[in-house]
Amino acid sequence: MTDDYEHYEAVVVGAGPGGAAAAATLARNDIETLVLERGTDAGSKNVSGGLVYAEESSPYTIDDLFPDFREEATDRAVSEHYIHNVAGRSVKTFDLHDLHHHDTEWADAVLRRKMDSWLARRVHEMTRETGGGLLTEVRVNGLLREGGEIVGVTCDEVDPIRADVIIGADGVNSELARDAGLMDWEEPEEWFQGVKAVVDMPEGAIEERFGVDEGEGVAHLFSGDLFEGARGGGFLYTNDQSLSVGTVFHLDSIAEERHEPQELLDNLLTHPLLADWVGDEYTELEYSAKLVPDSKKVAHPSPHRDRLLLVGDAAGQMQAQGPIIKGMNHAVTAGALAAEAFVDAKSRGDTDKAGQHYESKLETEGVMDKLRPTRYATLGKLGELGPVDSLSDALVDSPVGRLGVGLLGDSLERLYNSPFLVGMLPDTKLGYVTLPTVIAEELGEPVAGENTVEPPELDDRIGDLTYDIDEGNPHIELRDNSFTASGTAVTACPVSAKDFGGGCYRDEYVTANGGEEHVVSLDTQPCVECGTCAVVADTDWTHPRGGKGVEYKQG
Amino acid sequence: MRSVVLTKGVPDFREGQVSFDEDGHLERGKTPTVMNPNDKHALRAALQTKVRNGGTVSLMSMGPPGYMEVLQEGMEDVYADDLYLLSDREMGAADTWATAMTVATGINDLDEEPDLLFAGFKTADGETGHTGPQTEWCLDMPLITHVISMEVDEDEGTVRAKRLVEAEVDEIETVEAPLPATIVADPEFEPSYHRAEHRLKHKDLRERTQERAAEFGAYLDDDTDKEPTDWDRFTMWNHADLNLDPDYIGLDGSPTIVAGVDPIPKAPSEREATEIDPDDDGDMEQIVDELTPYAAGD
Ligand SMILES: Cc1cc2nc3c(=O)[nH]c(=O)nc-3n(C[C@H](O)[C@H](O)[C@H](O)COP(=O)(O)OP(=O)(O)OC[C@H]3O[C@@H](n4cnc5c(N)ncnc54)[C@H](O)[C@@H]3O)c2cc1C
Ligand code: SF4
Repeated sequence: MTDDYEHYEAVVVGAGPGGAAAAATLARNDIETLVLERGTDAGSKNVSGGLVYAEESSPYTIDDLFPDFREEATDRAVSEHYIHNVAGRSVKTFDLHDLHHHDTEWADAVLRRKMDSWLARRVHEMTRETGGGLLTEVRVNGLLREGGEIVGVTCDEVDPIRADVIIGADGVNSELARDAGLMDWEEPEEWFQGVKAVVDMPEGAIEERFGVDEGEGVAHLFSGDLFEGARGGGFLYTNDQSLSVGTVFHLDSIAEERHEPQELLDNLLTHPLLADWVGDEYTELEYSAKLVPDSKKVAHPSPHRDRLLLVGDAAGQMQAQGPIIKGMNHAVTAGALAAEAFVDAKSRGDTDKAGQHYESKLETEGVMDKLRPTRYATLGKLGELGPVDSLSDALVDSPVGRLGVGLLGDSLERLYNSPFLVGMLPDTKLGYVTLPTVIAEELGEPVAGENTVEPPELDDRIGDLTYDIDEGNPHIELRDNSFTASGTAVTACPVSAKDFGGGCYRDEYVTANGGEEHVVSLDTQPCVECGTCAVVADTDWTHPRGGKGVEYKQG
Repeated sequence: MRSVVLTKGVPDFREGQVSFDEDGHLERGKTPTVMNPNDKHALRAALQTKVRNGGTVSLMSMGPPGYMEVLQEGMEDVYADDLYLLSDREMGAADTWATAMTVATGINDLDEEPDLLFAGFKTADGETGHTGPQTEWCLDMPLITHVISMEVDEDEGTVRAKRLVEAEVDEIETVEAPLPATIVADPEFEPSYHRAEHRLKHKDLRERTQERAAEFGAYLDDDTDKEPTDWDRFTMWNHADLNLDPDYIGLDGSPTIVAGVDPIPKAPSEREATEIDPDDDGDMEQIVDELTPYAAGD
């Protein structure tokens, strides 16, 4: 039977930016390439903020690989970038111009369904020429091994496929990375959780409300006291005809402090600062969520095993550069470098060396240093150690600290714009909450707007999403249903909430053995496949079969 | 592998499309014609054969010239290499027997004899399920009905199919027949593409057929100088082209006599209904009063 297996020179798993970049590079080098994507359409499973950056220092940018990318697949070009420090109604805004433009060729706002499906069409045309092509609705469910060595992939929908190289570009919660033993999903500290609402805008409203020209856009970031102390922040990006408003928090903060992610998003949506931008007519087009790896902690220094090379989120290559989030650009660079590594290895007649070549390219091209900056390793981590953290937190909030903030005044803006300093900032409450709050209190002005937005309830948000339910075939199963083991998911799951019966996770008390037990139950129907409960609950977690589950129209 | 798929236009019975007159009779003029929904399964089975075994898929229908749009729909929604329409006045008002005679003659006139003939499971308007089997009888081929999956063995010259036999307990029967053969696809038909290579080819063919259908559509819409009949993938035959005697086709060749069509009267509602104005407080109170006894569990 094994002899009957299909063979392609390269199999790319996942058609996000990482997979698209890898496949395009392989195809350009005449490598027979098959791309497998689980969504009904590329992009139908994906969420980002999202600003795609093209970095000057990067060996590959997405428009190098796809020349019409900016005309066809992106929304507005973003050249203005602000961060708002918020304390109640008090807001102090810094212009992040320098940080935004540091090493930036361009940055465009994107919606993933539009972007990824456009990329996938190009990739299909290119790879089809090589004898391969791109298939949607095929989920890779594991690695094919022979004699203990990885030689291909196994799928839900098609027979196993062998390949000389497998590019794992399957994003966060990569089942390939887990199967290969390269990543685990144990520690909430290693992940962020992103939640987003895409909000409809009437024609001309973006130009008018944000003071931009057609085709031009803005980025706004938010931190301070509007997120109930959760470590992270909010964003607002302008698309062609909509806004992407979202939040990104450290998952451990969401988990430990029992935050309800959808409520934190609502805090942002209803803040007076957003009143004039969002307007009186609030139409939410889509609610979405996904985990994001923190490259500082999980970017794998050696993201390959046998014939498998991991790129993008699958390898943990998602950089939070201070408040700016860069995942898509690194996925593109890594995808192209992995492909290039295979091409090099093949030309030297030793395709087994592709992984090693890839690893050294990540080093020499400076990718690893962006993902795991050495200055964070020494200074930032130090700041995260308990006593140091609370000391600096208390210090900033003390009269002395406040005086310092007051004296620094607007020169704080310069510090916020230093890529060196933000790369060093520890992931503590200090940077996300305390400092911005103090800045807003000491230096801010009250905002005048009255925000009348009433964000939809969770059941309406779920009701507005499109699902193709795989009846009788849940993709997540609870291994331990005790509240102690899995109860965190009731609040942390972005489509569940305490005392809400229509979500994925619910908790209840049952009588057993004469006593009362606190347990949770799981219904995967409303699941948006964000990955949160793979980390915070005790589950057997997989993605749904090809084409099943949630289908994002915006992404 | 040469496959021929038979299709028919039927009134679009979907909600919002179909119109009935006061007596409950279908108003043909006001109801759009679409491809018989079950024929999609026959086309899907033919497409699977093309993907896995190569060859061509021809889509054939007998009916008025307006059926060109039905053929276009089949081409666009599933797949067809070329289209055949058997059409003229003499063929009109045929029953299933006269239709089968005409269609079988059309098939015999193709320049290459089909290996597989596909038909959908009964039409949405007549619901007889006769035409496929009768055509097969005229052509003297083995017939496999209620097919839910199939596979062609070209070396052996056979087709092996699974059929859904509905009984008290549904059974799945596996049968084999020599080619050429007729396949009646069941609505439960599931094509199987277990190799990436097949899925890629499927995707290519789907793209190609959609381009073709759009091109044909442009001809139909008079968007080009060409007439649809000049389109090289479309053939229209009348009874003379097929050398058919008008006495044996159309209304004259139809032994079936429809003695009458009775609309099925709607069952009268057994419950009484009261209309309530939700803005009227009195009305709302009445509901509460009526529901209260039930709330108590009585
Ligand atoms: C709220 C939020 C905001 C963000 N903001 C930004 C931003 O502003 N800028 C930025 O650059 N980044 C941002 N990111 C991060 C960015 O989205 C990711 O880093 C990026 O998408 C990673 O690309 P990728 O190609 O590695 O993976 P993905 O884009 O996740 O693509 C993976 C693909 O693989 C497919 N797949 C997964 N498993 C399988 C399987 N088993 N079989 C087949 N297919 C499979 C998926 O369907 C998907 O199409 C944000 C993320 C979130 C959640
Ligand atoms: S069930 Fe798990 S994966 Fe699904 S949305 Fe909730 S937390 Fe995310």
